[in-house]
Amino acid sequence: MGNHVEHAIEMHGITKTFGKVVANHNVNLQLRKGEILALLGENGSGKTTLMNMLSGIYFPDCGTIKIQGKEVTIRSPKDAFELGIGMIHQHFKLVDVFSAAENIVLGLDGGVHIDRKAVNQKVKEIGERYGFEIDPTKKIYNMAVSEKQTVEILKVLYRGAEILILDEPTAVLTPQETDKLFAVLRNMKEDGKSIIIITHKLHEVLSISDRVAILRKGEYIGTVNTAKTNQQQLTEMMVGRAVSLEIDRPKVELGEEMLKVVDLTCLNADKIKALDDVNFSAYGGEILGIAGIAGSGQKELCEAIAGLYPVAGGSILYRREVDGHPVMENIVGQPVDTIYRKGISMAFVPEDRLGMGLVASMDMVDNVMLRSYKRNPGIFVDRKKPKALSEKLIGELEIVTPGVSTPVRRLSGGNVQKVLLGREIAYGPNVLVVAYPVRGLDINSSYKIYELLNEQKKRGVAVIFVGEDLDVLLEISDRILVLCGGRVSGIVKPEETTKEEIGLMMIKVAEKTKEVNA
Amino acid sequence: MNLLINILTAAVLAGTPLLLGTLGEILTEKSGNMNLGVEGMMFMGAIAGLAGAYYYEQGVVGSGGTPSGIMAAVVALVSSFLVGAFGALIYAFLTITLRANQNVTGLTLTIFGTGFGNFFGEYIGIRAGGYVAVGDNIKTAFGRLNIPVLSDIPILGKLLFNYNWVVYFSILIAVIMAYFFRKTRVGLNLRAVGEDPATADAAGINVTKYRYLATVIGGGICGIGGMYMSMVTTSGVWVHNCVSGYGWLAVALVIFASWHPARALIAALVFGGLTILRLYLKIPGVPMQIYDMLPYLATIVVLIFTSINQSKENVMPKGCGLNYFREER
Amino acid sequence: MSNVSKEHREPLIRMVKRDSISQQKQWMIRAIGLLGALLTGALVILALGQNPIAVYKDMVVGALGTPTVRRETIKIAVPLLITSIGISFAFKMQFWNIGAEGQILMGAIFAGYFAFFHSDWPKVLLVIVMLAAGMIGGGIYGLIPALFKAKWGTNETLFTLMLNYIALAFVKYLQNGPWKDPRTQFPKMSMLDDNARLTKVLGVHWGWILALVLVVLSYIYFTKTKQGYEIAVVGESNNTARYAGINVSKVFIRTMLLSGAMAGIAGMLQVAGSDFTITENTAGGVGFTAITVAWLAKMNSFGMLIVAVFIAVLERGSNKIQTTFKIPASAAEVLTGIILFFMLGCEFFINYKLIVRRRKEAEHESAN
Repeated sequence: MGNHVEHAIEMHGITKTFGKVVANHNVNLQLRKGEILALLGENGSGKTTLMNMLSGIYFPDCGTIKIQGKEVTIRSPKDAFELGIGMIHQHFKLVDVFSAAENIVLGLDGGVHIDRKAVNQKVKEIGERYGFEIDPTKKIYNMAVSEKQTVEILKVLYRGAEILILDEPTAVLTPQETDKLFAVLRNMKEDGKSIIIITHKLHEVLSISDRVAILRKGEYIGTVNTAKTNQQQLTEMMVGRAVSLEIDRPKVELGEEMLKVVDLTCLNADKIKALDDVNFSAYGGEILGIAGIAGSGQKELCEAIAGLYPVAGGSILYRREVDGHPVMENIVGQPVDTIYRKGISMAFVPEDRLGMGLVASMDMVDNVMLRSYKRNPGIFVDRKKPKALSEKLIGELEIVTPGVSTPVRRLSGGNVQKVLLGREIAYGPNVLVVAYPVRGLDINSSYKIYELLNEQKKRGVAVIFVGEDLDVLLEISDRILVLCGGRVSGIVKPEETTKEEIGLMMIKVAEKTKEVNA
Repeated sequence: MNLLINILTAAVLAGTPLLLGTLGEILTEKSGNMNLGVEGMMFMGAIAGLAGAYYYEQGVVGSGGTPSGIMAAVVALVSSFLVGAFGALIYAFLTITLRANQNVTGLTLTIFGTGFGNFFGEYIGIRAGGYVAVGDNIKTAFGRLNIPVLSDIPILGKLLFNYNWVVYFSILIAVIMAYFFRKTRVGLNLRAVGEDPATADAAGINVTKYRYLATVIGGGICGIGGMYMSMVTTSGVWVHNCVSGYGWLAVALVIFASWHPARALIAALVFGGLTILRLYLKIPGVPMQIYDMLPYLATIVVLIFTSINQSKENVMPKGCGLNYFREER
Repeated sequence: MSNVSKEHREPLIRMVKRDSISQQKQWMIRAIGLLGALLTGALVILALGQNPIAVYKDMVVGALGTPTVRRETIKIAVPLLITSIGISFAFKMQFWNIGAEGQILMGAIFAGYFAFFHSDWPKVLLVIVMLAAGMIGGGIYGLIPALFKAKWGTNETLFTLMLNYIALAFVKYLQNGPWKDPRTQFPKMSMLDDNARLTKVLGVHWGWILALVLVVLSYIYFTKTKQGYEIAVVGESNNTARYAGINVSKVFIRTMLLSGAMAGIAGMLQVAGSDFTITENTAGGVGFTAITVAWLAKMNSFGMLIVAVFIAVLERGSNKIQTTFKIPASAAEVLTGIILFFMLGCEFFINYKLIVRRRKEAEHESAN
């Protein structure tokens, strides 16, 4: 090659479509040897699809790929390994019932038997070289998220990958774990590996990468040197126009106590405490953020509040009016039907939108009536009112859909979320619980969601916002409750804390719980 | 004592076709295919085994020779394996390549296989002038082995060294399969395909190839189980509906054995025992047909027990029942 | 690494999920599938030394040629259709009820009790009681696995399957013991009293009218009622159902009661309208065939009507060819199997499309 800069990867004119959706259009990308390249783009901009064509999961419709200067065709993950490409997927690809070592050697060539001793030895060596610790015999289902990620990285290194692709590796990590991961990545870079890291968090891009490549709506926008850019420029390239990244936090007068959770304890399927003695209140006119590493009890807390999770101890009290007098009603032990019939108005946007909040194969009308069809007397369903509501929601929330009778599965992530949130808000709740409401959404949709939540707050609703992005939580919440291993490690005000402090609270329950009253 | 030995040996004999069916289905399910067509594949193997032995005999006799029992056994074994595997291949093509629903395809295979067995059983019978039956030479080949010295040991000889060759053959398959899953690289890869095909795929394992091979070989083993029914249980005579329910019992036994080939040995023995118990233990007042319910009732009890007592391991492979398409999104 | 580019070429055929496909094209594909199945069947017939066209023609004539055989064909279709509708109830909520055989038998036994031991009752009362008893028998038998599924998530596929064989053993027990016909030494039950036999309408017992009514009612149930909507939600996701305040256990139990009750009706009709006794062949594989009928019709009750009649023609026609060509009647099962295989297979071409490698690359490859 006459080129003086050596490239580990060169992708040229890559296009990939799924049905009518163009995921990548004529994309070019170059990864230099021994650099860390950040691949930046909004959700849905085609980053993962592009990388999956390097790892052999997808096959491009057209375009060429050169690895270490040679044109190649990657038809399967095996081809990718042989070319020295290893990808760490966002959703870990690990077999739950296997040990770490078994996962690491999975699919490799070699003798008929597996020499477990040699494998364990080699895994340890690699770990020492880059600074991880791992027990090769530990089963995956006993591992924490960060451990699983370590296994994924080891798996790729064990195969001798020279090019590593990490898809949103920090999404599930605490700030401290992120720092550790970045240290490992820098070690690898020193060792001559070439790395692509997919992310949409700008400050991470700036701290880890050498160069940044930007995708927008499936198109390649350009590549810039990290040292010569800033957040504003990157945002403009990513979104296509100047946007303010500030999330609004309107001042609203605090209302009544709408929800009071007292000594709440819940057990999971294995009879282990998923929630342990949780106490807090939520007030009208505030957004209460909930932070914590994945699996710290967020899901159980949301479902318990919604009356969907069995409660082992404690109470969940909702404010409701009886003959004009407010009382706090305990919903523990009452079926969901009864709770609604009593006039307790609570709305819940679950984390699993299409698997819990909506019925994927049904159209918008049938989905909009999901929580209200019972109110109609008689044995038949009434589709007139839900149809009118659907049409109203399409107009008000700018939902993009071919029509009310299109299955919601066919809508994009942002529109799915608008249908779900729109339905929940439509019934005028007093308490609104939203779990990871902007996960997977593009920036426009995300800001629309923030706007809707703030509107509810202004209406005097107690909004409970379970989130994973600490930057967002710090900007939008009035208070932040931090969960750690099912316990409340503290409730803090954003103005009085830092990301690092919350990160620490996420991994360890403070000796004396810090309590901030609203 | 004698009664107990009699029951045990009879249980082994009755349990062997179950064991083969179960082993075939374990291999299939470990790859992530829930093939409910075991009954059908056993029917196909049953007629193929019998037809193979029968036509071999006719051929040899027709050319004036004496049919060899060993050759007939080999022909029956190979043809039952191939035809059982052919049934599984239809299933594999439909579910793996064409992504048809596994439950429905398996049931269809059962309908097809049952018809296939009975159809050809009767058809060959009509052409043979009444019914299909093999000669004594071949019957002996599927009779109990007389191993010098070993078979004569008191009690142990009767208990361990007094069966037909298929019994030992199926135990051998169980042992090989246990070793294969536990120790070998390919076995580990296959288990990964059944547990989590997307992960296996990302690890560079050819999911399609593994699923095809496991399903087809598994079907072949089920076919041998069917051959046992027609060659040993009914002594080389075609009996209408001869497999009747054994294939389904084998599907249930997979759960009983919690997907372990070694445990399948015990499970098959227990269920074999249950199916013949009525011949040996007559309790006054309990009609025969109530005994017939025992294996099925036992299966239900096991099903309920395993569902109450949930654990992460020793359960159905997680990917079982679901077809895999890499570009699904 | 040098030969990498030579080894790694684009696969010859790739498949892509279709976004949508026109109704017309869908039916085209299905028609081609059916044609393929019939051709495959023809090859089998040819291999047996018979003329496929003559055999097929004989089948059709044997099933539809005269009013008598037409009535016989309808008699076969009725239980199949009603059982399919019953099964579609369970399948719509992703409850794999493959125990319709047992549910049919239980319906037959419950109805049979009144037919055998209370045949002196007034006819209308007797038949109504028999119908109700059949529904209760089948319903209870369908209910048992649903209860366990609701409580512990017990695998219903195998549970319902095992119940089939228990019901079968129970029938044999009745045949040999308490319900044995005292006038014969064979283990079988006596024939029903005329009073317990169903009245004929247009030459076939009135079960066919009931079947048609059920087709319409089940269609309305699924598209218009709250209960039908709940079944659809539960079928899609138990989590969503829980979230919507639907009592999943209650839906399981209620729906399986209905599903089993329908199979029970089929059993009752079979006993009182067709066989006039109970044998181990009373269900005779209808419970299994009905599953494929329901599946092929995509759980649409009008579709099931068409498919059930089609399968009945095959079955009735196979009886005819047994006498004409000495082809065993099990040929019906083989043919049904082949047709179902093809129909299952052609769904793929409705959901996916194949992309053949582009010419340019093919040339490039041959140049290597």
